[in-house]
Amino acid sequence: MDILLQQIINGLTTGSVYAVVALGYTMVYGVIQLINFAHGEVVMIGAMVAFSIITSLAGSGMPPLAIVLAGVMAAIPACMAIGYLLERAAYRPLRHAPRLAPLITAIGMSIILQHAALLIWGRNPLAFPQIIENPSFSIGSAAISAVQITIILLSLLMMAGLSWFVYRTRFGIAIRATAENVHVASLMGINANRVIAATFVIGAGLGAVAGVMYGSYYGIAHYTMGFTLGLKAFSAAVLGGIGNIAGAMLGGLLLGLVEALGTGYIGDFSDLCRWPGASEGMGWMGERCADGAHFVVFGSNYQDVFAFLMLILVLVFRPSGLLGERVSERA
Amino acid sequence: MSAVLLEARGIGKRFGGVQALKDVSLTIKSGEIYGLIGPNGAGKTTLFNVFTGLYPRDDGEVLFGGSPLHLESPHEVAAAGIARTFQNIRLFGNMTARENVMVGRHVRTRAGVVGAMLRTRAERTEETAIRRRADELLHYVGIADRADDLARHLSYGDQRRLEIARALATEPKLLALDEPAAGMNATETAGLRDLIEGLRRDGLTVLLIEHDVKLVLGLCDRVAVLDYGQKIAEDVPEAVRANPKVIEAYLGTSAH
Repeated sequence: MDILLQQIINGLTTGSVYAVVALGYTMVYGVIQLINFAHGEVVMIGAMVAFSIITSLAGSGMPPLAIVLAGVMAAIPACMAIGYLLERAAYRPLRHAPRLAPLITAIGMSIILQHAALLIWGRNPLAFPQIIENPSFSIGSAAISAVQITIILLSLLMMAGLSWFVYRTRFGIAIRATAENVHVASLMGINANRVIAATFVIGAGLGAVAGVMYGSYYGIAHYTMGFTLGLKAFSAAVLGGIGNIAGAMLGGLLLGLVEALGTGYIGDFSDLCRWPGASEGMGWMGERCADGAHFVVFGSNYQDVFAFLMLILVLVFRPSGLLGERVSERA
Repeated sequence: MSAVLLEARGIGKRFGGVQALKDVSLTIKSGEIYGLIGPNGAGKTTLFNVFTGLYPRDDGEVLFGGSPLHLESPHEVAAAGIARTFQNIRLFGNMTARENVMVGRHVRTRAGVVGAMLRTRAERTEETAIRRRADELLHYVGIADRADDLARHLSYGDQRRLEIARALATEPKLLALDEPAAGMNATETAGLRDLIEGLRRDGLTVLLIEHDVKLVLGLCDRVAVLDYGQKIAEDVPEAVRANPKVIEAYLGTSAH
C-alpha cells in the first residue's frame, strides 16, 4: 500500500512534467502537422539556462526563492526566442515542401541544439545548487516533497492557463481555426504565420518551465536530457491523441503514472521466488528461494519499457490516441 | 449606376498545359449583385480563387476600390474587404457557430497574444463587442438559436447560412458566394434568395457563382458568362438570356 501511494505521487510528478512538454508537441502538430523533434532540446536548454543563472547567483546572498525565480524568468524568454527562431529559420521556408522535409529538418535542429548545448555547458551535468530546503510531508506512509507539490501545482496551473487561452480568448479561437483549416482561416483575415509562430513560442515557454521543473526534481541538468524527456512527452502526446490539448495532458499524466507504478511493482511481480511452487521442484533455485533470496527477471530499469509498451498497446487498439479524432477528416 | 468596386483586367491562369482562364476582364459596381455563370469547368471557381488570393494568377491584375489588390496573401485580401463562401462548405467543424463567426471578426480587430494573456480592459471590451456582433450576425442569417452548437452538427442549409455569417463578420465590401444554392431544396433556395436580397438592401455588393441559372437571372443586376476560361458575355440578365453565344455554350450548336 505504501508503495502504491508513493508511486502514484512520483508518477503524478513526472507525469505532469511530461504533460506540459507534450503540450508543446501537440500544439505545433495541431496547427501545422509537424512533429517538432527539437522541442525536447528546447526544454533541455530551458533547464540549462536556469541552472546556470541559479548557480551563478547562488552565492550572492539573494533569497533562494528569488534566485530560482530569476533562473526561470531567464529560461522562459531564452526558450521562446529559440522556439521562434526554429520556426522562422528552419520550418517556415519549408512550409510548402513535402512533409518529410520539415520532419528531417526537425531532427537536424534537435542535433544542432543538443551540440550547441554541449559546446556551451560542456559534457558534465550541471547540478542544482542546494540553496533551497526541500522538506517532505507525509501522507499516510508515503512522502511528498515540497518540490513535488510545486511541480504538480505549477503544471496544473499552466495546463489550466493554456486551456483557458486556447478555448476562451480570441487568439485561441484563431489558433483553433488555423488548426482546422489554414486556408480558410487566412481568408478570414488570420495571419497564419503569426499564429504558427505563436504556437511555437507558447510551447517553448511552457517547455522552459517544464525543463526547470524536471531538472530540479532530479537535481541535475544535462545536455542529453532533452532526448528521453522529449521522446516520453512525444509518446504522451500521441497516447492522448496528437493535436489534442486535453489529450496531451491526459497522456502525460497517464504515462507518468504507468511508468512509476511499473517501476514500483515490476521487481515484485517478476520475482520468480514469489510464484507458487517456486520453492519446490526448482532445484538449486528453489532452495535459494526457500532461504529468502530473490530472482528478479525485470528490474526497475525497465521503466522506459513500460512507457513505450503502453504507447504500443494504445495505438494498436486506438490508433488515433485516447482522445484523438478521426484523421480522415483532413482531406 | 454607381462607382466601380472591383475591376479585373486580363486575368489569366494556367494549370500545367490547361488554360483555365484566358484574358478575363470584368467590372463589378458598388451595390449590385453580379452573377457569374457558365457550364461545368468554365473556370468560375478558378476566377473566384484568384480574386480571393487562394490561387496565384499568371496574368492580369485586380483593382479593388481603385487600388491594386495584393493577391499574394489571403489575409490581406480579407483585410481589403473581400469575403467568400465555399462551394463545398468549409466551416471550422469543431468550433461552435458563434466561434466560427468570431473568427471572421479577427480581421477587423487587433487580437494579440499579449493582450489576450494580460486581459487588459480594452481586450475585454473588444471581446464582448465581438461576441455581441457574432450573435447579431447569426440572428441576421436566421440561425441565432444554433449559436452554441458545433458547426458540424448544423443542417446543410444552416451550415451555408453560417458560412455567410462568418463571411459577413469580416465586414466585406464584396461578398463572394460560390454556389450557395448547391444541394439545397426549393424551400432552402427561396430562403437563400431572400437572404441575398436582404444583403443588397443593406448596401453590400455580391458576387454570385451559381449553377441554378433561374436563381441567378432572377436575382442579379448583371451577369457574366464564362466558357472555356473566357468571358463570352456580360450584360443584364434579359440580354444574357437572349445572347446566342450563351445559348450555344449551354446547349451546344444545333446541327442545321
